[in-house]
Amino acid sequence: MKKTIRFKLNGKPVNVEVVGDESLLTVIRTNLNQTGTKFGCGLGQCGTCTVLVDNEPFQSCTTYIEDMEGKEITTIEGMVTNEVLHPIQKAFVEHDALQCGFCTPGMIMNAFGLLLKNPEPSRDQIIKGMEQNLCRCGSYNRIVDAIQTAGIEMNKKI
Amino acid sequence: MEADKITQLYFSDVNEPVRYDRRKFLKQLGKGIIVIFSLSELSLLQGWSQNNTQEKQIDFNAFLRVNEDGTVDCFTGKIEMGQGIITSLAQVLAEELEVGINDVKMIMGDTDLCPYDAGTWGSLTTRFADPVIRAAAAEAREILMDIASKKLNVPIENLVAKNGVIYVKDDSSKKITYAQLTRGQKIVQSLTKKPEIKKAKDFKLIGKSIISTDAVAKVTGKAQYTGDIKLPEMVYANIVRSSVFGSKKISVDSSGLKEFKGIELIDDGDLVAVVHSDPEVSYKASKKVKVIWDEPKLNVDSESIFNYLETNITSSSVFENSGDLEQGRTNSAKIIEAKYLDGYKAHAAMETHSATCHFQENKLIMWASTQTPFGTRAELAKTFNMPEEDVIVKQIFVGGGFGGKIYNQQAVEAAKISKKCGKPVQLVWSRREEFMYDMFRPAAIINTKAGVDSYGKLNLWEFDIYCAGTRGTKLFYNVPHNRTRMFNKNDVHPFGTGAWRAPGNNTTTFARESHIDVMAHSVGIDALQFRLNNLKDDNMRATLELAAKTFNWDKPKKEGHGYGIALGEDAGTCVALIAEVFVNKKTGEVKPIRIVCGQDMGQVVNPHGAILQTEGGITMGLGYALYEDIEFTGRTIKSWGFSSYKFTQFSNTPPIECVFIDKMDSKPQGGGEPAIICVGGAIANAVFDACGARVNRLPVTPKRILEALKI
Repeated sequence: MKKTIRFKLNGKPVNVEVVGDESLLTVIRTNLNQTGTKFGCGLGQCGTCTVLVDNEPFQSCTTYIEDMEGKEITTIEGMVTNEVLHPIQKAFVEHDALQCGFCTPGMIMNAFGLLLKNPEPSRDQIIKGMEQNLCRCGSYNRIVDAIQTAGIEMNKKI
Repeated sequence: MEADKITQLYFSDVNEPVRYDRRKFLKQLGKGIIVIFSLSELSLLQGWSQNNTQEKQIDFNAFLRVNEDGTVDCFTGKIEMGQGIITSLAQVLAEELEVGINDVKMIMGDTDLCPYDAGTWGSLTTRFADPVIRAAAAEAREILMDIASKKLNVPIENLVAKNGVIYVKDDSSKKITYAQLTRGQKIVQSLTKKPEIKKAKDFKLIGKSIISTDAVAKVTGKAQYTGDIKLPEMVYANIVRSSVFGSKKISVDSSGLKEFKGIELIDDGDLVAVVHSDPEVSYKASKKVKVIWDEPKLNVDSESIFNYLETNITSSSVFENSGDLEQGRTNSAKIIEAKYLDGYKAHAAMETHSATCHFQENKLIMWASTQTPFGTRAELAKTFNMPEEDVIVKQIFVGGGFGGKIYNQQAVEAAKISKKCGKPVQLVWSRREEFMYDMFRPAAIINTKAGVDSYGKLNLWEFDIYCAGTRGTKLFYNVPHNRTRMFNKNDVHPFGTGAWRAPGNNTTTFARESHIDVMAHSVGIDALQFRLNNLKDDNMRATLELAAKTFNWDKPKKEGHGYGIALGEDAGTCVALIAEVFVNKKTGEVKPIRIVCGQDMGQVVNPHGAILQTEGGITMGLGYALYEDIEFTGRTIKSWGFSSYKFTQFSNTPPIECVFIDKMDSKPQGGGEPAIICVGGAIANAVFDACGARVNRLPVTPKRILEALKI
């Protein structure tokens, strides 16, 4: 039996007809056609599929859609406003904190969750907060630098 | 090019461009000024002359087109997988053609639009595509200058091109843009002579650091990968697998599918799959299909594999040989033998092998995560016995390759499924499938014996390589009596093996550089000095000196810290890597502290891009040096997720400093692979320096360190 789940995706109300045990990742990518969020392992072990649920980073591949009723979900598509890159995206570009780019949306979303909670993280706090996100191309050091730069930039705006 | 042919080349040193097939150039090219060019040996080795201008068939494999609006399209069969050639190829083109880098559009790896290419592997692009693209761009500039000269009625020598505009020298009010010159033209010219290319002193773009041109697409989620392609009426496929590699199907029980509406079973030889318009339904249904497999047995595991390989491989060939080994033994004051081991490694790119395709009226259109679009096309055409022209592989970003995506099993599987069900199909391998059909870096053994005289000069070098190829093993140390042999046997491994970033060279460099340290230690000479005393290659010596100076080799070490050097040669590039580690002697845990990498990679086109590749290679290399090992029993892989197959993470990436020898006037060498080869050796040597544990097997795990400390 299918049921309706209602939530907000990048600020817009959406509803999906689902069984309930589908992963949030599948629903975002397949039902809602937002393919910026990537599939890396399906096991919650790599962070590639990270999105924010009520501003908390979640690995969407191991998150059930039925638990999303009434939640606010932010994906990489929600980071650009009026065609302007978010400071985290801007910092990732400036530091070239990516190579193949496949882990990048998950990295940016986890970094966003981290900076929302801790606007001035130390290098060690960034590393600890990002540890579960994997990058096989080896851009870790640049990602840490980018998050530090973005943190400073975001604090200026407040 | 077929994957097995690439694998063979990949494990050896490729020092000349790979010869390309010829094909007719019958495409509708559109209007503009078009320069076609070839990467054949002739074009490079004989001053660019292709010697085939009379022939109707044109030998070429890339072309550029100056469009009627003045922008430039560069068509190449190469693909972008994070190595940054989408940026650096545009950079060299823009340099010679005198246009802005943002005016260059790269059309890559599309078999319908781009000419044939053997694939993106072996750090070949910058070495062999760059110089030719530069020459073609220079040729296009000459054509434009020629037309401008006629239109402005000014001799060419009085004209200058700048940013897509040709000006009259001394009178910049007289000018004409590339767009004006190109409008209405259709000029097709093949590169037949070596055009005048710029000298380093005149470079405006080459040698400048440029941020990846695809970065914005990648940070916004707009960059499309194979799994992001959605076709009308597309179904999602899940394949039912045996847990044992090489299994053959006996029977299928699909009675469990009754509960799923709209599910379709695909039963095609050993390929058993289900498809559904909802990927979650397809996945769940695939778990209900019961297949009885004939599972081949093999009595070997991750520990016994080395004995197994040595016993089963008996034939060898001599790769390098000089002097007289007996004499070498007699002349040596000290002879030390050792065995170095390396287990299987996975590529583990973040994007699993994926394919989205559709068979329609005997035509097949395919998006695939592949390093070899043309190889994929050939494989598909062969599988379905259809003309290559009827298979189209489209351009798409690839989420990491590292050699693992020259193998395209997933594309064949998706196409078979699409043909059977008559619908567009998407197949994205699960992480478990990825770990099973990875085409692992092979387990390997190096048996080595070396001798030094009482002054610390190497006299003897015997190097027997099992399963790691000869790439990068040509001796750059001066050893009068030496022999390098390669032992190999096809299909000896319990599962598929293949090319892994700088194939074989990681393993052989680990063995050679560990053993060089052993020899240095045996005569009480400092590891840096011993190498400098014994090197025969001046480029390698300069690279080592640069790295040692940058690292500050003589700086006193803290308690528990150690320094380690490794040298290597790969894809024409000399690498000198120096690592500092801290070893906890109680737990055996290793913490990388810092790494310095010196490289002589010839001309550095995009220093920033070269640093990214070097840092990336080193970061990835720490994985095979310290953590990565495939565990298996028989033909069953036991490491199939990131919890059981660990690689480098944020917390164990140290600061990395890259320094390059300044050689802007020389030709560029490889950049994607070289740096990674030295990580295993440098780490193993640093661990020994820190705590006295000589670990002869990769990865250098805490357990192995503690065991070595007991001896």
